[in-house]
Amino acid sequence: MKFLNIILIVFLFFPVCYSKAEEQDKRNKITKNLRCLVCQGQSVYDSDSEFANSLKILVDEKIKEGFSEKQIYDYFKEKYGDWILYDPGINKNTYVLWLLPLLIFLIGGAIIYKKFIKKI
Amino acid sequence: MKKKILPISIILIFGLIFIVFYKGLQDSNIYTPDANIKNDIPIFNTKDFYSDETINSFGFFKVDKNYLLNIWSSWCVPCRQEHKFLMVLNEENKINLIGLNYKDNKKKAKKFLDELGNPYNKVFVDLDGTIAIEWGAYGVPESYLILNNKIVKKYIGPLNQKSIDEIKLFIK
Repeated sequence: MKFLNIILIVFLFFPVCYSKAEEQDKRNKITKNLRCLVCQGQSVYDSDSEFANSLKILVDEKIKEGFSEKQIYDYFKEKYGDWILYDPGINKNTYVLWLLPLLIFLIGGAIIYKKFIKKI
Repeated sequence: MKKKILPISIILIFGLIFIVFYKGLQDSNIYTPDANIKNDIPIFNTKDFYSDETINSFGFFKVDKNYLLNIWSSWCVPCRQEHKFLMVLNEENKINLIGLNYKDNKKKAKKFLDELGNPYNKVFVDLDGTIAIEWGAYGVPESYLILNNKIVKKYIGPLNQKSIDEIKLFIK
């Protein structure tokens, strides 16, 4: 009976640990993508400033409330603007950044094709 | 002609890069957020500084009144500087001053207000700094001007004579 109890405890405990670890991973991932606005050049994850610590608490709260990663980013974006994200999406300010490498790649490819491959 | 294209284009490209970098050199790399905003008042739960009763921000701010929410703390040095301006603003009786006591020790905060005077109509408590983030704040001190239930302007850093004059213009 004792043995059964232990097994039961282990099995009940395991999912709890698992979900905790998952939460932690999610939190780390999110805070690494949030810029600490008062200590620029650092992410919220790396920083120990008052601002970053409060932000971490808030991220934890939002995760517990069941917010998805994107919803949390949107939440902070609404308050602080795109600047708070290290990995902002495409919008009217950033589309040049996103499209320029692609454009350069295509132009470069065209030049290479015209100059070398056509000759062969 | 064909031989000239390459050096000219190289010079052009380097010139362009030089201009871009030279301009970038003069830009401030410290991010300054937009101060003119039109945001709704965030919804949060807080406690009253004196009575400890729970307050919900929803319904607290009335449409027909003007408010200035000021984030302060007893450990913040610039807050001492701006305090006299808040006292002046309070004497005008045209605006409701709301304090948000940020990550503070209650005893020290009380001492701060006893010493310098209490300009606030109401003081909220923000122990872990999360309410300040709901407002979109960076740190202390910071002030938010609220007209008709909308945040119209935020002042980052201590208030000065110029910002007080501006607030007076807003609430005229």
